Amino acid sequence: MDLYEYQARDTFEKYGVPVLKGITATTPDEAKAAAAELGSSVVVVKAQVKTGGRGKAGGVKIARSPEEAAQRAEEILGLDIKGHVVKTVMVTEGADIAEEYYFSLLLDRANRTYLAMCSKEGGMDIEQLAVERPEALARIPVDPLVGIDQAKADEIVAAAGFDEADRPEIARVLQLLGKLYQAEDATLVEVNPLVKTRDGSILALDGKVSLDENADFRHPEHEALVDNSATDPLENAAKEKGLNYVKLDGSVGIIGNGAGLVMSTLDVVAYAGEQFPGQPRPANFLDIGGGASAEVMANGLEIILSDAQVKSVFVNVFGGITACDEVANGIVQAFELLASRDEHVDRPLVVRLDGNNAEEGRAILTDANLAGLEQVDTMDGAAQRAAELAQDAAAGSARGN
Amino acid sequence: MAIFLNSESKVIVQGMTGSEGRKHTQRMLNSGTNIVGGVTPGKGGQSVEFEPAEGADSQAGTVAVPVFNSVGEAIEATGADVTVIFVPAKFTKAAVVEAIDAKIGLAVVITEGVPVKDTAEFFALSQNSSTRLIGPNCPGLISPGQSNAGIIPADITKAGRIGLVSKSGTLTYQMMYELRDFGFSSAVGIGGDPIIGTTHIDALQAFQDDPDTDAIVMIGEIGGDAEERAAEYIAANVTKPVVGYVAGFTAPEGKTMGHAGAIVSGSSGTASAKKEALEAAGVKVGKTPSETADLMREIMQDLNA
Repeated sequence: MDLYEYQARDTFEKYGVPVLKGITATTPDEAKAAAAELGSSVVVVKAQVKTGGRGKAGGVKIARSPEEAAQRAEEILGLDIKGHVVKTVMVTEGADIAEEYYFSLLLDRANRTYLAMCSKEGGMDIEQLAVERPEALARIPVDPLVGIDQAKADEIVAAAGFDEADRPEIARVLQLLGKLYQAEDATLVEVNPLVKTRDGSILALDGKVSLDENADFRHPEHEALVDNSATDPLENAAKEKGLNYVKLDGSVGIIGNGAGLVMSTLDVVAYAGEQFPGQPRPANFLDIGGGASAEVMANGLEIILSDAQVKSVFVNVFGGITACDEVANGIVQAFELLASRDEHVDRPLVVRLDGNNAEEGRAILTDANLAGLEQVDTMDGAAQRAAELAQDAAAGSARGN
Repeated sequence: MAIFLNSESKVIVQGMTGSEGRKHTQRMLNSGTNIVGGVTPGKGGQSVEFEPAEGADSQAGTVAVPVFNSVGEAIEATGADVTVIFVPAKFTKAAVVEAIDAKIGLAVVITEGVPVKDTAEFFALSQNSSTRLIGPNCPGLISPGQSNAGIIPADITKAGRIGLVSKSGTLTYQMMYELRDFGFSSAVGIGGDPIIGTTHIDALQAFQDDPDTDAIVMIGEIGGDAEERAAEYIAANVTKPVVGYVAGFTAPEGKTMGHAGAIVSGSSGTASAKKEALEAAGVKVGKTPSETADLMREIMQDLNA
């Protein structure tokens, strides 16, 4: 889970990382009140969106009075930044910046450890810096069993080439950030920029924090940080039902078991769709897991069918742990369950069952003779048929108009 | 031979008395795995009854598997060298640390949802130990006809001379099924988490060194750069034919697709980048699982010709 900047700021503050005062606002009036409360001669109004490049997009503006803060908030609220609509701004004190630095601590998958990255040259384009002048970005592995202790912090600030005089304070701040990373089960803590002000103090001016949802069981307080307002409503509904669903923009609904197989199914459907004039594509990712019980299948079908863009559905199951006859029974019961909820499967369904007890499973579906359900024995063939049905439905509705 | 696991392996199950552990212990027994014990703290001295595997010459009607309080006790009593871990995510780290401390040779971590901090920590511990980790969040591994440590269905295919390494469970099963006529020396599901104990490279190296493996299928998916690094490794070190498949060509950027590791960010980690890297290393890459299986079938037919 990625945190908003204001949540990252609060988290920094909790661990004693020096930050500026900041107050969130969702209306221009609130922004005005926030600026007045801060009482600073200069404030900054910052869009709260979970994407980069918001400065360039006009999402960060300076104001010199509470009235001006309201105006700036008016301009920023509602702005669309890379598909993220700004609903909240944070009003912060202005800072008298002398130098901007960069620091991050993250998972290093390749080396299966943590990695600290630090540079004297902070600011907007750290990715560009990493490519063009990699020597300016210190990369120091951090042992997960130790974290950032004094010795490690000293190593990082020395590698980044900070002036001797600045090193002790920066090293102190890095240790606090390291402590936050471990104690909060973060997978990313980034401060960009970390600044030195003209009076010599070190401040975390902007931050990104990502938290590991697998660790929620030991952080009940993280629940309060969840914000679903920016998430697709279908994705939220699926999450409430414990389904692993991602909304995409195509017309072929996908249900499968196992993340890898479902990803592969998306690919196979997209390839099959390329042969048709309307180029039907997958409408979603939905992994119902190894079990594929009737209830899970019914919930999955319900979510997918509530997506009006879906014209056909492809159920792709490989019977591994759960044999295909059980899955077939699950599908039959799912139809009954949906009927009992007054929902009906009103779009064509293509089912491919393969693997353990595939023949028994197919026989169950044949006997059940469910309306709109057809079976195809191979993954490629079934994808082809599902794409074709989506194409036909789209063409049909186009003629109907 | 096979890699990491063979007919000599003595397997214990941490979490055997839980429902998942019990269910899969029965499956492992059915597929001929030599299960010598279970570990559940506080339940040492008990035993759990299982149905005998088909064809086993058990007179008793059931097989009693002893339960031990600790991995150390289990090893001392049975000489176990492999543990399969089914304990819930909250307790996984403690279970793995215990297995490492007891110096077991192989720890297969099936549990999904393990905090990555825990994995980072127990992986770091394992590095200076005698324990190889596989997983977490993986289906385990099978050397068909010899032993099965995890949840991979044993009846998909038989023993053969293809090696398989995959991030994904069901794609592993799909590929084993597509190539069931040839069979496999070992199939290893390494898991899709951001940090995993055994990588594609580790498995490729083991298959390269395994005299009973003739060719290798490698299944990857979007996210990270493990496949790219595997490609480099193959170019430099693997002389056996390798066929690859990468899932997630059509996955959008910035969306997590089920596996914690399967997220595309920026330009790296895409399926296309992985395919290009693998092809540059001389690996034939299929667009779909069936095409990938066809590529392997051709190779096996040429080898057998």
